[in-house]
Amino acid sequence: MTVNAIGEYTATPRDVQANFHGMQLLYVYWEKHLMYCSAFALLVAPSLTFGDFIDQMFMGVIQAHPDSAKIDFSQALWLLNDQPFTPDYAASLEANGIDHKSLLRLSTPGLNGVQGSCS
Amino acid sequence: MATHNKKRLNLKDKYRYLTRDLAWETTYQKKEDVFPLEHFEGIKITDWDKWEDPFRLTMDSYWKYQAEKEKKLYAIFDAFAQNNGHQNISDARYVNALKLFLTGVSPLEYQAFQGFSRVGRQFSGAGARVACQMQAIDELRHVQTQLHAMSHYNKHFNGLHDFSHMYDRVWFLSVPKSFMDDARTAGPFEFLTAISFSFEYVLTNLLFVPFMSGAAYNGDMATVTFGFSAQSDEARHMTLGLEVIKFMLEQHEDNVPIIQRWIDKWFWRGYRLLTLVGMMMDYMLPNKVMSWAEAWEVYYEQAGGALFKDLERYGIRPPKYVEQTTIGKEHITHQVWATFYQYSKATNFHTWIPGDEELNWLSEKYPNTFDKYYRPRFEFWREQQAKGERFYNDTLPHLCQVCQVPAIFTEPDDPTKLSHRSHVHEGERYHFCSDGCCDIFKNEPVKYIQAWLPVHQIYQGNCEGGDLETVVQKYFHINIGQDNLEYVGSPDHQRWLAWKKLETPSQPAGSNKEHDAA
Repeated sequence: MTVNAIGEYTATPRDVQANFHGMQLLYVYWEKHLMYCSAFALLVAPSLTFGDFIDQMFMGVIQAHPDSAKIDFSQALWLLNDQPFTPDYAASLEANGIDHKSLLRLSTPGLNGVQGSCS
Repeated sequence: MATHNKKRLNLKDKYRYLTRDLAWETTYQKKEDVFPLEHFEGIKITDWDKWEDPFRLTMDSYWKYQAEKEKKLYAIFDAFAQNNGHQNISDARYVNALKLFLTGVSPLEYQAFQGFSRVGRQFSGAGARVACQMQAIDELRHVQTQLHAMSHYNKHFNGLHDFSHMYDRVWFLSVPKSFMDDARTAGPFEFLTAISFSFEYVLTNLLFVPFMSGAAYNGDMATVTFGFSAQSDEARHMTLGLEVIKFMLEQHEDNVPIIQRWIDKWFWRGYRLLTLVGMMMDYMLPNKVMSWAEAWEVYYEQAGGALFKDLERYGIRPPKYVEQTTIGKEHITHQVWATFYQYSKATNFHTWIPGDEELNWLSEKYPNTFDKYYRPRFEFWREQQAKGERFYNDTLPHLCQVCQVPAIFTEPDDPTKLSHRSHVHEGERYHFCSDGCCDIFKNEPVKYIQAWLPVHQIYQGNCEGGDLETVVQKYFHINIGQDNLEYVGSPDHQRWLAWKKLETPSQPAGSNKEHDAA
C-alpha cells in the first residue's frame, strides 16, 4: 500500500548507506544477556575484519558483563539477518556478507546472564 | 423567527446560532474546493447534520467557565510558590517524573492544539469544526497551565530548562514526537481517530490518572491542581472521541475497514508511547499509586473491553495484537526503566535503583515476572554501584523504525528473547520492535522510510558531534553532571538533603514527621 495522500507522495529513505560517509550500521544482539537492553547499534567500516570487530570493538562494548570474559567463540552460534551464519574471522565484514543495517545475533551456549536470569 | 425578539436565548437556540448557524452553503466556490481534505482518505459522510455535539458548548460560555477555573488555578500556583511547595513533596526523586512530563507530554498538548486547529478548518460539517476548535483551545490552555504549574520546579531542580528544544532533539523524546507527527501528517479523519478516539477515549486515563494521582500522592499541589482544572476538559475530549468514531461508522459501511485499520495502528502506537508512563508509575513515583499492570487492567482491559463490545455492532473488533499487551503489562515497565538506567548519560532526568521496599513492592505487584527476570538485573547493578562501578551503556541502542523506542521488548512467548522484526522495502532493510510496528510500516512504507531516527542521525554526523558528550551537551542541551546520570549524589539530591537538614537539624532522615507537622 502507498501513503494515502492528497497528491502523489514520494520520499527517499533517510538511512541509506551513502549517508554514513563510508561506514555502515551493524546491530548486534547478544542473546540471554538482557542487561544490555537492546541490540547495540554500531558504526563500522565494511573493510573491518570479523576478528578485529570482535576483539577491538565488540569485546569492549560488552566488557561490563561478568559473562563477557567467559565467552568461548569456538562454541558461539551466530545468526545473520535470521539465517544461520559461520563467520570467517580473517575476512572483512563485507566479505562475510554483513551488509548495511544487518542484525547479527550471538548465542553463547552455557552462558545465561546474571544469576541465570538472562540479564 | 420569534426567537430573534427574545432578550435571552435558551441553550438550544444559543447553541444553534453560535455553532451550526455560523456555517453557510458555498455559492461561488465548489464545496470540495473549500474543504479539499475531506475526501482523499476514503471516508464517506452522507449527512453532517447527524453529528451530535454531546456538550453543546458555545464560545461565550466556554470563556466564562474556563476563566473561572483559571483564576482558582493561578491562585494555587501563587500560594505553592510562596510557601516553597517544592519542599513538601514526598522526595526529590519525584521531580524526575515532572521532567519526563514536561519534555514528553506538554509538547504533545501543543502539537494537539496545532492538529485540532488544522482539522477544525477541514470538515464541511459545522458541528465537527466547532468541536475541534474548542478542543484546540483546550490543548493550548493545557500546555500553558502545565508549564506554569511546573515552572516553579525549574527554579530549584535541574533538567527542566529547555523542554521544547529537547522535545525536537533528544533520542527518547522522538518517541512522543514521532507519534504526534504521524497523526498530524495524516488526513483529518485519521487524525481524529488517532487522537480523539484511540488516545483521548481509549487510552487517556492511562496518561492522565497516573500523572495526576502521582502528583497527589507525592505532595505536588501545583500539578494536581492543574489536573483538577483540566479534568472537565478531558471528559469533554473523551466524549468527542466516542462521538467521532460512532458518527463515522454510522455514516457509511465502507468506512468500517478504514477505521478498523486506523484503530489497529493507533492503539499500538499509543500502547508503545504509554510505556513511558508505565515506567513513571512503577519506578519514578516515591509514593506509588498503583502498578502499571493494575492500571492497564482497570483502564484498558475492563473499560476498553466494554467499549469494543459496544462497537461490535458496527463490525469493529478489538485492536489487532491486543493480546500481546496482556502479556506485556507484566514486563514492559521493567524493560524501559532498565533502558533509561543504562542510558542515563543522555537523559534530562536522573535514574536510580529502587530501594528494598520498592523492589519488594515490584515483586508483589509482578509475581510472575519481577523476581525471575528483572530483580537479579537491578540487584547486580546495585552491587556494581556499591563498588563504585555504576553501570552505564556507552553504545547507542537499536531503534524501531516506527515507534522509535529502542527494540527492548521481548517476544510475547519468550521473555528471555528480544522481539525483532525486519522487512526489506525497495532494497533497504528496516527493523521493528514488534508485529504491530512492522504492520504499520508495511501499510505505508513511504511514510516511515524517512523517519528521523536519533541514533542514525548521530552516526551520520548531523547532531553537532561524533562523541556522546558533545551530542548530549551541545545538541540536546542536557548539562552533563547536572541534569543527567545517577540520582544518588546528584546536585538535585544534595540540594534536597540540604533543605531537609535545615528543616530537621537534629533528626536522622526518615524520622522527621514531628518537625514537618510543626
